[in-house]
Amino acid sequence: MATIDLKILPTLKTNGAEPKRANGNGRAFAINPTFVRDTHPIDFPWKIEWNADTCIRCGSCVATCTFGSIKPELQKQGATLSIGNSPKPVDSTQVMMAIKQVREPKHFCRGCSMCEKVCPTNSIRPVENDHNRFPLVARAGASPIKRGGRGHHMPIRILDYIKVGRISQMTDPSLDAARHTFDMLTPLGRGLPANELPLKVENGKLVPNGITPPLRWIYPVMIGDMSVGALSWRMWEAIALAVAYLNEECGMPVRMSSGEGGMPSRLLKSEYLKYFIIQIASGHFGWNRIIKAMPEMITDPAGVLIKIGQGAKPGDGGLLPAEKVAPHIQAIRGVPKADLMSPPNHQGLYSIEESVQKMFLSMNAAFKFRVPVAIKVAASSTSVAVFNNLIRDPYHIVGGFFLDGISGGTGAAHEVSLDHTGHPILSKLRDCYLAAVDQGKQGQIPLFVGGGFGDTGDLAADAFKAICLGANGVFSAKIWLQLAGCVGNEKGRCNACNTGHCPVGICTQDPRLVARLDVDAVAQNVVDYFLALDQELKKLMAPIGNSTLPIGRSDALVAMDKEIGERLQVAYAC
Amino acid sequence: MCRMAAIKAKTPVAPVHLLRMMLAMQKGHDNSGFAMVMQDLGGAFAEFKKFPLLSMAATSAGVERAEKILEDLGFSPKFDYKPDVVNDTSLDFKRMPHYVFRNYRYPEGLNVLHDAPTPEQKKLLLDTRLKLRKALSHENQGYVYSFWPDVLTLKEVGDPRDIGTYFQMWNDDHWLKARVISAQCRQNTNYKIVRYAAHPFFLEGFTLMGNGENTFYQKNKEFQQNLHRAYIGFESDTQCFLYSLHYVCSELGWPLEYYKHVITPLTFEEMRARPDADVLNRVRQSLMHLEINGPNTVVFVLPDNRMGVIADAKKLRPYVIGRDGDMVVSASEVCGVNMVIPNRNTETDLYPGERETVVINNALEVERWQQ
Repeated sequence: MATIDLKILPTLKTNGAEPKRANGNGRAFAINPTFVRDTHPIDFPWKIEWNADTCIRCGSCVATCTFGSIKPELQKQGATLSIGNSPKPVDSTQVMMAIKQVREPKHFCRGCSMCEKVCPTNSIRPVENDHNRFPLVARAGASPIKRGGRGHHMPIRILDYIKVGRISQMTDPSLDAARHTFDMLTPLGRGLPANELPLKVENGKLVPNGITPPLRWIYPVMIGDMSVGALSWRMWEAIALAVAYLNEECGMPVRMSSGEGGMPSRLLKSEYLKYFIIQIASGHFGWNRIIKAMPEMITDPAGVLIKIGQGAKPGDGGLLPAEKVAPHIQAIRGVPKADLMSPPNHQGLYSIEESVQKMFLSMNAAFKFRVPVAIKVAASSTSVAVFNNLIRDPYHIVGGFFLDGISGGTGAAHEVSLDHTGHPILSKLRDCYLAAVDQGKQGQIPLFVGGGFGDTGDLAADAFKAICLGANGVFSAKIWLQLAGCVGNEKGRCNACNTGHCPVGICTQDPRLVARLDVDAVAQNVVDYFLALDQELKKLMAPIGNSTLPIGRSDALVAMDKEIGERLQVAYAC
Repeated sequence: MCRMAAIKAKTPVAPVHLLRMMLAMQKGHDNSGFAMVMQDLGGAFAEFKKFPLLSMAATSAGVERAEKILEDLGFSPKFDYKPDVVNDTSLDFKRMPHYVFRNYRYPEGLNVLHDAPTPEQKKLLLDTRLKLRKALSHENQGYVYSFWPDVLTLKEVGDPRDIGTYFQMWNDDHWLKARVISAQCRQNTNYKIVRYAAHPFFLEGFTLMGNGENTFYQKNKEFQQNLHRAYIGFESDTQCFLYSLHYVCSELGWPLEYYKHVITPLTFEEMRARPDADVLNRVRQSLMHLEINGPNTVVFVLPDNRMGVIADAKKLRPYVIGRDGDMVVSASEVCGVNMVIPNRNTETDLYPGERETVVINNALEVERWQQ
């Protein structure tokens, strides 16, 4: 059997430069063992496919790639040339510019396809590599894998197994989605049992006879919490613009959660504050500025949301990598440039009952009991216990229960958290609603759910199904980023929100990248989507004969899987 | 669609009018039962208006069991009317062996008679009815519809024509007469209905019937089942309307106009424009699960015998109220009204609107107000 004599190989050690392959001369099988050991694009989830024949070497792809995943490189290439009237082939070589995929895991291609988008000759594209070894090579340096955005290794999407199956046919007429009046608002704020309402009868009329908890009637689909910091300031601004437009021009009281990162001072002191739900999370980021702005606020916010946890990474606090803590983020949050890691818990809270007394009471008192204070927790096996406890709150200061399921998004998280922790949302929503039903307390603490709603782009259908299962409304976040041009998806594409290198300017604080975002266009996309969603909600309400929200109307749904139907108490249909 | 008919008259009238109205409104393969509640009674029960009247259909074992329970509770029979029936086996309806219409004396200690039951008497009557109902539910021993002074209930499954024949109700001069009668013939949608599913329903002086589909039945039911011990059964989605009426007017003690605000709230836009927006907002939030979302018309009788009509907010079910000097006659369709008072001035007919509440008081005056 032939053996390879390593001593006869050409010089391969290159003092740090990339080793060169042997190029023939009877030693075609000569290889350097480091080629085998080193990482290579075949190890990565995406491989770059580049066509040398059509590429015009304009450099657009390299300039566009924010991850440094491709680079230009000179490459010697053999060629057989024939010049003249009759064939006279001559062996030759030439040096050409080639686009190469970078081999270091740090610069792995994320499949964002920006190179493909900007290439004028369609000469380059990332191709998904099913046989990659990335989970094995990416933990080099003893560093857990972190990523942003989306994808939770969910085997199935339960919402797709549920259909709106109770149609008004003859028994009662379907409504006309285009012509009937629909009244689709939902309460945010603590509801009292009717027999505890402070009302008295005077001259045949009910008149107020005491104080009631603050109440807002809002659109049942709201913008989930994403902070200035996780989002670029322009992306946050674009959504805020859309929300203001929807309220002021379209008559849709859509509300937006600030996320844990504060809000711009000018907005805090403006009349538009009423469209925002200010979030307080365990890091309290931004609250120094919020508190300072309070004396100058000319209106109340829509609500306050105490964030205990989030569905995408339950048990983790917020994480804003130092790469994204730009000077303006430092200013708004009042912090130096560093990884901003919110603790997993609110320090000082040690029980549900005491948190009601301490945190809810503090936040209620901060706005003189004029603003609903709600809480957001990650869905968990324990959600019902928490909900039951809150619903018995004797002070009537818990104004909403936000439940976030495993399919929620995030700006940055450990991959192991994203993929392996969390609770699917629907069964927990149903459990909480039915717990309220058991006690006759449905609606007293409005239930809002998030986590994967709108993942397929059809938010109206997802929201409608959640409402029928008992939700007062849904909050959604990722879909607004998609509308801004985010290319991330549940299959793992891009999802680089944690890096500060967002290729479309959404999740970065780098001014050069943020400039890629067109604020007005994004705002318009969000408004357009909401207007379409509104019509689609009506198209779902009309056939079941309802002009107001069918909250808890699970009889309107059918499940196409027996076990799902049984678990959610929805009729099975096949 | 269930056909509804109601009469409120100055002098007691026989149920034959209601049967005629029902048959006039019958369309093709329709009407799978007949149910009625009579209040402010004349006829055989006129002299016993203050004594609780038990309306029950039962087997022999059921009657025996019910009598034992009533006796144990201290009730004693005052007046019993056993109806003469036409025992013709060809009649198309599911008869029960016994029909009991019997006035009882209250137990000792509660036996002082008043125009309306005292709170203690009300509680006892309700508890007793619920106890009887539960006891007779075993082995289908019987159905207990009402146990209340001056109220008689009959509910049968079958052809209304034959039900009328069986009870000899095709006479203008009948042992049953009342100033207020509400009746309904079920549509043919479900032959497996139980008698309890037939409206009108009665609870503590409130009577109610309604037509159409209660599309918020599940929401209503899930909310109501925790509100009051008498909110049970839910064999029909129309029961929910009665429980909401009872809850708003009796349990909460709110004026009648808020019943409409609860079951068909104003739109938010309309609410915002009103001076009492704050109250209406609160009412809507607290009782969101009692809303109905149509299409329905609801006809009710209050404990003081006033009768009312309310439509759903989209007005997708018809109802017409006609009147002459002696009676107010209302029905799902105008042909029903024409059967009783054909010569009235039809220009005074009322078709309640989607935001309207119509109430006929005991002087047969019509009060109407917009929500």
